Amino acid sequence: MSNLVQAVEANWYEASARERITGLLDAESFVEVLGPEQRATSPHLAQFDLTGAFDDGIVVGRGRLDGQQVLLAAQEGRFLGGAFGEVHGAKLVGLLRAARDSAGRAGPRAVLLLLDTGGVRLQEANAGELAISEIIHAIVEVRSAGIPVLALVGGRAGAFGGGGIITACCSRIVVSEHARVSVSGPEVIETNKGVEEFDSKDRALVWRVCGARTRYLTGGVDRYVKGSIQDFREAAIALIAHSPPFKLAVLKAEQQRLSDRLQRFGDCRDAPEIWRKAGLPEPEHIAEISDDAFLAIQRIKGADHVAR
Amino acid sequence: MEQFQVHGTAKSRAGGHRRQATTGVNASGNLEVLVERVLPDHECQVEVATAVAGFRTVWEAVIEEFFERTSPGGLRFSINDGGARPDTVTLRLMQSVQLMEDEA
Repeated sequence: MSNLVQAVEANWYEASARERITGLLDAESFVEVLGPEQRATSPHLAQFDLTGAFDDGIVVGRGRLDGQQVLLAAQEGRFLGGAFGEVHGAKLVGLLRAARDSAGRAGPRAVLLLLDTGGVRLQEANAGELAISEIIHAIVEVRSAGIPVLALVGGRAGAFGGGGIITACCSRIVVSEHARVSVSGPEVIETNKGVEEFDSKDRALVWRVCGARTRYLTGGVDRYVKGSIQDFREAAIALIAHSPPFKLAVLKAEQQRLSDRLQRFGDCRDAPEIWRKAGLPEPEHIAEISDDAFLAIQRIKGADHVAR
Repeated sequence: MEQFQVHGTAKSRAGGHRRQATTGVNASGNLEVLVERVLPDHECQVEVATAVAGFRTVWEAVIEEFFERTSPGGLRFSINDGGARPDTVTLRLMQSVQLMEDEA
């Protein structure tokens, strides 16, 4: 039985936030801050007749990754879709500010964000939106202080809404096949623009638009990994050393890259059109091939981030 | 939402030396359990917050059977429930006792 349990826990998509942390970091190195016994729970959910979570759906703390000191936060995508509320957001802001304030000296080598979120919690939307802004500001401060911020996305909620923007603000982004990264989620688009514009139940369409493979091939994320926690761990270790500096010249180069991409592919109506135009092999089948076959594809030229 | 407590007496102190543990997630059909070693050796208690009102007698039956089966003396269990079935509740409670017995 223990082998079976380990096989399930080793998979990022199936694992809980706490299991991901345990598998990602060096053994026994995690120290949680504001753990569940502190009961830092949402003060708002009870008004909506909802039960809370003792950690408000996010685990924050410090640990070691391949011997290096890191700070990290992991969202629990199964609790209210991993959505940001007041306390949930404040825990992440606090973590990022702690990283900023300890930069240099014996500060962390990186901050890891294990994002798994539908965006802002509707029951505490104003507080959640404010938290998103504060988190973005804090990420910029951490990166300016010379500490890379890595986003790891591969859970069932993806990274949507403010969570998508937060992801895009990180130094480097790692995804597995299940990941989706975007701002307005498929159901939001369908509700606002109609099913003719976007059918949120068409899973193939959803993944073609905001799924991991499309994001990777067009340079929306930096590393595509197979789905195990160990794969995410190895990618994170490798990317800490390859996160670009947060400088004006780098941002300008990224702006140029995005302008060029828009010019080249702006009139494409769907992902396979982009793949065809870019000369990728078998554009209609990119969504279906195995991870190994996918990883063998050469990314579109110029897809590498400059800014990130 | 409904909240209540169930108190019990235990024949013996729960094994192990861990001070606390968590298991499960508050999600649809699931629940999270936070267990803490904070009570006298022959007392145990479960605090329940459940999304589904009206099943208190079922909860009490499940919890009393769990007390009887594991004798979790000294432990306080706090539950955030997302509508789990009784067998899932028993499973999580048993898991949390096992976690407290593990080396920490």
